[in-house]
Amino acid sequence: MIAIIDSGGANIASVRFALERLGVDAELTADPAVISAAERVILPGVGAAPVAMARLDEAGLVDCIRSLTRPVLGICLGMQLLFERSEEGNTPLLGLIDGTCAALDASGGLTVPHMGWNRLIPQGTAGAHPLLTGVVPGAHVYFVHGYAAPVSENTVAACDYGGPFTALVARGNFMGAQFHPERSGPVGATILQNFINLPAGREG
Amino acid sequence: MLTKRIIACLDVRDGRVVKGVQFRNHRDMGDILELAQRYADEGVDELVFYDITASSDGRVVDKSWVNNVARRINIPFCVAGGIRTIADARAILNDGADKISVNSPALERPDFITELAEAFGTQCVVVGIDSRVEGQDDGRMKYVVYQYTGDETKTISSTRDTVSWAREAQRLGAGEIVLNCMNNDGVKRGYDLAQLALVREAVSIPVIASGGAGDYGHFADLFEKTGIDGGLAASVFHSGQIPIPSLKAFLSERGIEVRV
Repeated sequence: MIAIIDSGGANIASVRFALERLGVDAELTADPAVISAAERVILPGVGAAPVAMARLDEAGLVDCIRSLTRPVLGICLGMQLLFERSEEGNTPLLGLIDGTCAALDASGGLTVPHMGWNRLIPQGTAGAHPLLTGVVPGAHVYFVHGYAAPVSENTVAACDYGGPFTALVARGNFMGAQFHPERSGPVGATILQNFINLPAGREG
Repeated sequence: MLTKRIIACLDVRDGRVVKGVQFRNHRDMGDILELAQRYADEGVDELVFYDITASSDGRVVDKSWVNNVARRINIPFCVAGGIRTIADARAILNDGADKISVNSPALERPDFITELAEAFGTQCVVVGIDSRVEGQDDGRMKYVVYQYTGDETKTISSTRDTVSWAREAQRLGAGEIVLNCMNNDGVKRGYDLAQLALVREAVSIPVIASGGAGDYGHFADLFEKTGIDGGLAASVFHSGQIPIPSLKAFLSERGIEVRV
């Protein structure tokens, strides 16, 4: 079973429907017991980091998420929450992946939020991460965000918008997509299918 | 590089897709789900559904189709029309829409933009601006925002200046602006590049052009001559006059970055 964490974000329905199209049933839940027992977990989220962290905290989900050993996929803000800190409201995040999320800089004439289709640039030399199986380098996916995580050793695919940032990240069983795979056409569907195909016991 | 977006606009009236010329004489263009699916398959980057009757009638009409569209298609879409309360917006977003667009209600009460941004994040909040050229002022073109444009008998000037309103919308929390240049709407002579460039320079959020697309070159002009982020069109796409794959191939050959 896939648990979608009820993080209150507006993209939850889209994520559910994307899984439905792949023939997968998902349960929307904020119950730590259900989340801990799930084979895989999706942490969706749009909106502001301080609000999202406060919500996870109130629901008693911070330690629950940190202790998960099965595959976890954060989407958009859900991905950023996996990092250490966000400059948005100077918010401490879950701290599962090193790095600080910072605002995209509009001062150089860059349109912010970064909204639309942009390219995935696979990173690293060890071969593509299983999430990228069947995804052509340079494939377009759909982004909507005003903050971004830096590129690091955990970056699976970067994207370039006024400089490189992390588009797809993985550290052990914790993975995240800054873009919206649920709204990224066939490429996004492939990435979600790859997540579903990961062995449930996969650990770092 | 961020691609230029090609956006198909589906004007919805009573659950069907319709299209008028300069906001009048609406003709039936087909079924919502069929058209949405066709566009997603053809590689359109985004869809906008405008319920063109809602604002001027002062009602929110049946939007059960939003959920059906969200289940079926895997590209982003925005819903506009008669969204007057946070609850209206929440219902549509919960049904699976990615963004909501407000127009007349934001003109009536600009703080509504801020309330939406605070509730759902700026990325969900599109402000639609219907703008008309109103002669010249000291040699400069004068652009004025219109209201209740869904019904010609109720359409009025808001008396607001288009560029100022775009700036204010951004300040209040809009994440994107769709600028519909009313003089160009439906007449297929190209986008109003001068007006679009002016609004593009006035704000830092994405600006989408609407009104006037009639051939491939109009899209190329839009992207080559302004910094506009996306081109929206309706009838030329619905009629099959400009197939999305051909348009993308054309733009790509011109060196314009698009998703193909």
